[in-house]
Amino acid sequence: MSLPFILIASVTLLAAAAAMSLRNLVHCALALTVTFAGLAALYLNLDAQFAGFAQILVYVGAVAILIVFAILLTRSGDTPNQAILAPGWIYGIAISALVFTALGWAVLNSSALPKPAAPAPEATVKNIGEWLMSKYVLPLEVIGLLLTAAMIGAVIIALREMKTKMEGDRP
Amino acid sequence: MSDRIQQVIEAFKHLSLVDKLDQFFVVLKQLVLAGVPEGWQPLVSGLLSVALVLGVFPGVFALITVIERKGLGRIQNRYGPNRVGIPFTKIRLCGFGQFIPDGIKSLTKEDIVPYAADHAVHFLAPIVMLIPVLLAYAVLPFGRNMTIADYDAGLLFFFAVGGAVEVSVFMAGWSSHNKYSLLGAMRAIAQMVSYEIPLILSAVTVVMIVGSLKLTDIVAHQSDYTCGIAHWYVFTPWGLAGCLLFFIAALAESNRCPFDLPEAESEIIAGYFTEYSGFKFALFFLGEYLGMFAIIGLGITLFLGGWTSPVSFLTWIPSYVWFLAKLVAIVFVFIWIRGTLPRLRMDQLMNLAWKFMLPLALINILVAGVWHFMGHDWQRWLVCGAIISGAYIGLGRGLMQNQKLGKRTYRFAE
Repeated sequence: MSLPFILIASVTLLAAAAAMSLRNLVHCALALTVTFAGLAALYLNLDAQFAGFAQILVYVGAVAILIVFAILLTRSGDTPNQAILAPGWIYGIAISALVFTALGWAVLNSSALPKPAAPAPEATVKNIGEWLMSKYVLPLEVIGLLLTAAMIGAVIIALREMKTKMEGDRP
Repeated sequence: MSDRIQQVIEAFKHLSLVDKLDQFFVVLKQLVLAGVPEGWQPLVSGLLSVALVLGVFPGVFALITVIERKGLGRIQNRYGPNRVGIPFTKIRLCGFGQFIPDGIKSLTKEDIVPYAADHAVHFLAPIVMLIPVLLAYAVLPFGRNMTIADYDAGLLFFFAVGGAVEVSVFMAGWSSHNKYSLLGAMRAIAQMVSYEIPLILSAVTVVMIVGSLKLTDIVAHQSDYTCGIAHWYVFTPWGLAGCLLFFIAALAESNRCPFDLPEAESEIIAGYFTEYSGFKFALFFLGEYLGMFAIIGLGITLFLGGWTSPVSFLTWIPSYVWFLAKLVAIVFVFIWIRGTLPRLRMDQLMNLAWKFMLPLALINILVAGVWHFMGHDWQRWLVCGAIISGAYIGLGRGLMQNQKLGKRTYRFAE
């Protein structure tokens, strides 16, 4: 564990804890943005340039803005009055600790896990681009089709709403 | 240690005079690095590069603010600032010392934070604005061998850190608890998200032709000469279209007139930084201009040959001088546009981005593909030029038909 890793990891974890526990929803969203940026820094620390930059571009640049706008458009900025923790929080922590231990034990003792560290794969941006255009072109196209369908669906929903509203407005 | 310094000096002596001028700063940095112990070299190297960016670009910003005020003054038939020169002397320098009192003024002004503001977020917003903008300079090639961090995915890095500016704009607008601020932030984010798409799509054409996201590779591909004229991408059909689309989108990304709706003075005071005063306001101002310089620098790198000279007989001028000259020239055009064009309306802004620039950028990608696969024939100039101009005319005519624009009639002015 190097110093940069410890620094980045602690910032990421602190921001994630803040995102869960702060009272104001917009503050939570901003803390979540810091978590996204910390994850990007971790990827860069592992020399995964494409994953790191894509993480910033997609999560910090787009998803964070989307979350913030969703909060602003759906509810007022008032802070809720109920307690942060649900009443049965002790059971929740106990169960999650149990699940984590079980999973960790299973992973560490698994025979599928290769014990010696595998050589780092050549995952430069150029290689990723070439694989996306040759070996993995079909999954890429399928995802593109899916996203296009989702976008057309969103447009159609927005269109209908506008039409009915305008008809209703007419005397 | 003195051996290494000797080596650097010996290597410098063997360069020609032109190269000596060109590589002066690079060698200076090597000289300093040769003087520090091995383990400290990465740190010192980074600090030197950061000091260069922090010294040069805010200096350019200071001069550009004066040029902008004087230029706008000329366009509007008045004198700009023309009094302040070097302090404590009678030298006026045509008013180019104006940035010194401006800076002192913003430092000494009271920092007012609204009572209802969210203090932590309000304090952080200008800082969050400035950090990604300064990070973007890391990948720009300012001159030959003058790139701070030459990433393989440099272009991706630039757009990634650029996306973080939107978060800071939202933070400023929301935390001020002012309806003008929030409206300005909403407008700014809507505009930035819309214009980021044509911006990136027009840059994609260059990536397709070069086959690399590395900015130094992109410059190297444009550094050949035919008949004394450089192979800049702006001199090709797809490059010209891409360049124009890129700079229009850059104008919108940096919230400059005619795309200055987010800070439209006559409508919403100053937009998202309405509630900022003193040095925090100056930081927003600085961040906005540095962001504009960075995006212009990227445009220069992609389409205008980076630090290369346009004609082969001027290659003796140092590379960093070319870069800065191109930067100042394009900023001048931006100031000119600001003095000439009126502000767009919101629907015009969105129509331009989604109905005109986005289809044209997509067609331009197709044209770049055709250009690549037609080889080195002269016919490709005709085919690509025809597709691009056909698309431009068709799109423009089609969109104008629905507008039903007739002759403008004035009821009271005549």
